[in-house]
Amino acid sequence: MAITEQDVQASEDAPSVNYLNNGYGLKSWLLTRDHKRIAVLYIISISIFFALGGLFASLVRFELMTPEGDLMSSDTYNKVFSMHGIIMVFFFLVPSIPATLGNFLVPIMVGAKDLAFPRINLLSWYVYVVAGILGTIAVVGGGVDTGWTFYTPYSSTYSNSNVILAAMAAFMAGFSSILTGLNFVVTIHTMRAPGMTWFRLPLFVWSHYATSIIMLLGTPVIAITLVLLMLERGFGFGFFDPNLGGDPVLFQHLFWFYSHPAVYIMILPSMGVMSEMVAAVARKRVFGYEFVAFSSVAIAILGFLVWGHHMFVSSQSTYAGMVFSVITFLVAVPSAIKVFNWTATLYKGSIVYDTQMFYVYGYLGLFLVGGLTGLFLSSMGLDIHLHDTYFVVAHFHYIMVGGQVMGYLGGMHFWWPKITGKMYPDIWGRVSALLVFLGFNLTFFPQFILGYMGMPRRYHVYPDEFQVLNVASSLGASILALGYVIPGAYLTWSIFKGPKAPDNPWGAKGLEWETTSPPPTFNFEETPLVTEEAYQYGPIEEH
Amino acid sequence: MQTDFPLFPDQASSFAFQVDALYFGILALCVFFALLVVILVVIFAIKYQRKSDDEVPRQIAGHLGLEIFWTAIPAVLALGVFVWATVLYFHLITPPPNAMEMYVVGKQWMWKLQHPEGKKEINELHVPLGESVRLTMTSEDVLHSFYIPAFRVKKDVVPGRYTNLWFKATQVGSYHLFCAEFCGTEHSRMIGTVHVLEPQNYEAWLTGGTANEPMEVAGERLFEQYACHTCHKADGAGRGPSLVGLFGKTVALEGGGTALVDEAYIRESLLNPSAKVMAGYKPIMPTFKGQISEEGIIQIIAYIKSLKAPELTRME
Repeated sequence: MAITEQDVQASEDAPSVNYLNNGYGLKSWLLTRDHKRIAVLYIISISIFFALGGLFASLVRFELMTPEGDLMSSDTYNKVFSMHGIIMVFFFLVPSIPATLGNFLVPIMVGAKDLAFPRINLLSWYVYVVAGILGTIAVVGGGVDTGWTFYTPYSSTYSNSNVILAAMAAFMAGFSSILTGLNFVVTIHTMRAPGMTWFRLPLFVWSHYATSIIMLLGTPVIAITLVLLMLERGFGFGFFDPNLGGDPVLFQHLFWFYSHPAVYIMILPSMGVMSEMVAAVARKRVFGYEFVAFSSVAIAILGFLVWGHHMFVSSQSTYAGMVFSVITFLVAVPSAIKVFNWTATLYKGSIVYDTQMFYVYGYLGLFLVGGLTGLFLSSMGLDIHLHDTYFVVAHFHYIMVGGQVMGYLGGMHFWWPKITGKMYPDIWGRVSALLVFLGFNLTFFPQFILGYMGMPRRYHVYPDEFQVLNVASSLGASILALGYVIPGAYLTWSIFKGPKAPDNPWGAKGLEWETTSPPPTFNFEETPLVTEEAYQYGPIEEH
Repeated sequence: MQTDFPLFPDQASSFAFQVDALYFGILALCVFFALLVVILVVIFAIKYQRKSDDEVPRQIAGHLGLEIFWTAIPAVLALGVFVWATVLYFHLITPPPNAMEMYVVGKQWMWKLQHPEGKKEINELHVPLGESVRLTMTSEDVLHSFYIPAFRVKKDVVPGRYTNLWFKATQVGSYHLFCAEFCGTEHSRMIGTVHVLEPQNYEAWLTGGTANEPMEVAGERLFEQYACHTCHKADGAGRGPSLVGLFGKTVALEGGGTALVDEAYIRESLLNPSAKVMAGYKPIMPTFKGQISEEGIIQIIAYIKSLKAPELTRME
């Protein structure tokens, strides 16, 4: 579908009351039950934490420009990288897409008026905010220096920093994500519009369904683990410290039982965003819809069975390690299926060179590198050398930043007109996508080489021969930072000065493009009746 | 800043080459798939650029054959890499039986190493060229990880248990020794140097300097100091079992089951003696927890290992 005069006309004639202007007071926001307003609250709060986590990342990159520890003390450095990790993982990456775009879009995409439990949705945001405040107190009150992994017995006995407060913050943030996951699962099961069968759901919804299952089943385990950690640190219960009769490796098993699936919380939603954007950019039905949908579910299930690949050198059983390794290799298969299907979607498409397209291509490039380098690390014989080096750091940044953050930013640009009702300047969107792509590669590609040379992660000072690559990485980080600041500027500008957005600026398919921009409080004037498959841009040719 | 900088680590152990071969093997696979996808999407972008704003392309739902094809190929390749990497892994963790024994204790923030002949080192390890060396390691406090990039070996050093690592150095030189597991403030300064020496130079180094008490002698001294010998009599007439020739044997336990008498078993028996009592003996041994240092325990283990029973082995 193209943008026609009628569309523009229609949006101007649209009901003037929408979710943004049906109330203005602070109370109308802080007590809202509208999933779209809660999504906006989340966008604002996770942006604050993204900026804070980014600030800590910049401090790390500044310090690592020289081999000596000349900018800050070792204790400070350890706190800085720990806070970078804790903030980015628990307060940005985990909620990033689900709590913002997911919150906004899942009900609209299934044709519902809101999520199943609007009050629980609001509660999840408040829990997140309280967790965020606790985390901030932990930072301001002296910081925490255990890394985001909280490995025992360092965290439980030896560290002199605010471990309990930081663990409490992560514990609370977990409940916020359990509530979000619960809401999505119930909504997707029970609130689909008439005619919206499971196999007509947009792939964004499938990926959020898979993500929600992980949130529901995995997060309670990290909660229990953090409680055990706090009990040991606070009251001397002996779970993990061998001096108290505990087992330090037990902590790693419990921690990664959640935190490996959590990695898929930090990538699956962006895969959903990608599927939507690829279809819109090529104006084509996503190739092999069922395979892309089920690959999300396969990743969620297999993701629960691979935690031990973080522990190949930890002294876990060799044979357990073998099982974890082979299942990890199998995760490569659903990931490959997705990439091949996206590629096939572009084949004979009608590809537009706009901001979304730049993000789609950037994501494909970075996710390819991130996913493929996983093969090195799942190889037991090679992981012995690579474990806990910068190779691992580079690999997971390619997945989490190259994947999830690219997906988040791309999705923000894609749905920005729907969320705000305003258009942003497309040229700036393309410039920023390009800067992010170049800056990201310059930051993290050298770290693969550093890792293979043997530079361990979490090193404040390092041998001289690693300096050149570290300087390259820090230079890249400054370009990357620019790539993140520019969208912040023009997107904010567009809210006040941007031209009004039509209902369907990209000519894309999906229920969210059939309602107004921004949508009314209950999303649709009347409940939609779904009569076609997702991404039905034209009649489908059978093979 | 250095102007001359390396991009690849030294290959200084017998399996560095094998690890690197696997690395380049996987790298080739990755480059192939990455280029395949990148070339395709770039061609598509050029060839299928949107011509007009109302253009709608032909819709293709999918293709079952293609789906099976690109599910099966990555699955087979991934399993192939798994087999390659796992075979290599077993080689990397299985020391030859005649390997030299050395001992490592990690603590915040230093490496303490000891040779069986008694020589002690801190943050330095001297090893002979071409000899297999097996390290037995433990930690006094938090987790550490013993990592020599040039040898492609790494193993976590865990408080409360022994872990092992082995290598055979193949190139004379000095190489980095890193702690790879975050262990607190001075984690990045818990580093050292591994010196690979020609065998004769190693012998000279070992006998040079001050005279050292061999580990088994030190262990024997501790054995008597803690009065172990009053119960563990060599002839088996004491209240505890004789330790002669016991190391490496599998023994029956009181209450059923068996246990292999290895480093971990001896350590446990010292710290928690009632956990695994040998069949036929009473749980009367006191715990030595908090009384013997990790290094002391290792010396006692070295002494017990040295208690060979030559006539017995001949009979077997």
